[in-house]
Amino acid sequence: MGRGGVRRPEAVAGWLFVAPMVAVLGVFLLLPIGMALWVSLTGWNGQGSPFQPGVPFVGARNYTQLFLQEGLTRDHFMISIRNNLYYVAAAVPAQTVLALGLALVVDRRWLRGRTFFRSAYYFPSVTSSVAISVVFLFLFANSGAVNALLAYLGIDGPQWFADPRGLIHLALGGLGLADPDAPPAALADHGLFGLSWWEWLAGPSVAMTTIIMLVVWTTAGTFMLIFLAALQDVPPQLREAALVDGANAWQRLRHVTLPMLRPALFLVVTLGLIGTWQVFDQIYVMSQGAPANTTLTPAYLSYRTAFGDFEYGTGAAISFVLFLIIVASTLLQRWLMRERDGSAPRRRWWQRMRRTS
Amino acid sequence: MTGRERHGTGARLRRMLAYAVLILFALVFLYPFVIQTATAFKTEPDAAAHPLSPIPDPVTTEAFAQVFGGTGFPLWVVNSLAVTLLITAGRVFLDSLAGYALARLPFRGRGAITAMVLAVMAVPGVVLLIPKFLVLNQLGLYDTYTALVLPLIVDAAGVFIMRQFFLSVPPSLEEAARMDGAGVFRTYWSVILPMARPALITLTILSFQSSWNEFPHTVVAVQDPALYTLPRGIANLVAGSLGAGTQYPLKLAAALLATIPVAIIFIVFQRYFVRGAAEGASKE
Repeated sequence: MGRGGVRRPEAVAGWLFVAPMVAVLGVFLLLPIGMALWVSLTGWNGQGSPFQPGVPFVGARNYTQLFLQEGLTRDHFMISIRNNLYYVAAAVPAQTVLALGLALVVDRRWLRGRTFFRSAYYFPSVTSSVAISVVFLFLFANSGAVNALLAYLGIDGPQWFADPRGLIHLALGGLGLADPDAPPAALADHGLFGLSWWEWLAGPSVAMTTIIMLVVWTTAGTFMLIFLAALQDVPPQLREAALVDGANAWQRLRHVTLPMLRPALFLVVTLGLIGTWQVFDQIYVMSQGAPANTTLTPAYLSYRTAFGDFEYGTGAAISFVLFLIIVASTLLQRWLMRERDGSAPRRRWWQRMRRTS
Repeated sequence: MTGRERHGTGARLRRMLAYAVLILFALVFLYPFVIQTATAFKTEPDAAAHPLSPIPDPVTTEAFAQVFGGTGFPLWVVNSLAVTLLITAGRVFLDSLAGYALARLPFRGRGAITAMVLAVMAVPGVVLLIPKFLVLNQLGLYDTYTALVLPLIVDAAGVFIMRQFFLSVPPSLEEAARMDGAGVFRTYWSVILPMARPALITLTILSFQSSWNEFPHTVVAVQDPALYTLPRGIANLVAGSLGAGTQYPLKLAAALLATIPVAIIFIVFQRYFVRGAAEGASKE
């Protein structure tokens, strides 16, 4: 290394400059991951140090009881997974589509007041999650703004935060396909991981829906900015060429703009997945998992198990499983959104049109 | 421009529709703050009877008096200010120092440390809550001011933003300074940092905003109410008193006061926020 560019004073300064960062990230991020891995293999109850002799070592039991052992721990964990799955499935598409739609309209060249609209949509994203949760608690209160608005339309709004009914159950009941009070035996008597199929198919509860709306509302602005930045990079010649070729607005969007936005779309969905699997603040402030555990999420359950029930081993195990879920869902997304061979030629659809004409 | 030629009624109608949609969504995104502000000045019966109304009737500052007199609010403000200023100062200094070294100073292990920064950025924060508690507990820092500040005093994303910035600066200036015999730190301090002003402003704003709003970390770092910051205090005020009446004017007034500093900074430094969001995105 001595030859060429590396000069001694610079090498020493380099290490000195990064030393504080390495120390803080090492001690407060990397080291604790190792400690938590150890704790997740023990039955530590928060008394004294988890590394002292008397702490029981339980091996993989904290993990197996989440999946294989019948009981309240597994029930709560599986319910939290179900809740968060519906939460992700509803929030990620909603925030992505809303952000994309807003970006496409705000990007119009003839638009006046673009800065105002951009800032208005982005503002909720920069405010405190706790403060915003308080606002939504009021908006969706029984006598709150949303129900007042619904009353104008002649609709009797639900008791949002007290309503544990699942939306899919409600829809099935409303269509007369199944009776929520007497679910079909085929679904109610069989299941997976201790939760009946009927329970798995509940959908997000009415209470969870408010938290979904909150998070879509607070994230759409940030994602809109990402789309807007990507739209700036679409060469104007490309759009004009398509215009010359007589493509209509939908064709231009579908075949010119959207393919160019592909990297941004990929990023937004990835950030959305990572964010929605981690929902914690809003649950802590708005519902603490109630009603009937329908807003319980793995992140909140891991916190509650550790700091409420003093089962730190189980709480840490839930954290690691959640980490694996996040990694797995981003890998799945990467695979689903990969460039397929078939789609590549379609991107230059307008060029082909041009060549043939 | 080809679009200009087709100024028919169809195009005009489409534009009006676009404005209507934009204004509708502006209301959806901003009206909740209007309701929040109005309700903070309402009496409790008025808040319950007219939740949509933007005009308090009668106007009262009773909720604010309660916030300052009947809750730990003044203490939370002091704690939040202290924690936010310390974290922001720490991040601006240490992030830029590390970012500069990673971009410019050749030293053994630089590649590995850059990889570590990227890896740390990829770890989901919520997963680290229990681990952070464990290390604070083990070091005897749990329930102290240090626990609120020290773990957040460097952030990997900030280091990365600064590294990217320094990579984009041509090295000629600092080389000239080095020719004149200035040491590495002198060069960094008096030549590099002044040049990095725009990036430093972005970093300052992002750090201020994120540490002022920080909530989950405070949950695992402290439990003594004397160490509550604003988000923690308000969360406790709301989550703890669910059974005891609604008190919405009080809660919304507290939340409003906690939002104002970030709102002011947002309005003044909008373009830095936008740049920050774009830069945070370009890391992938």
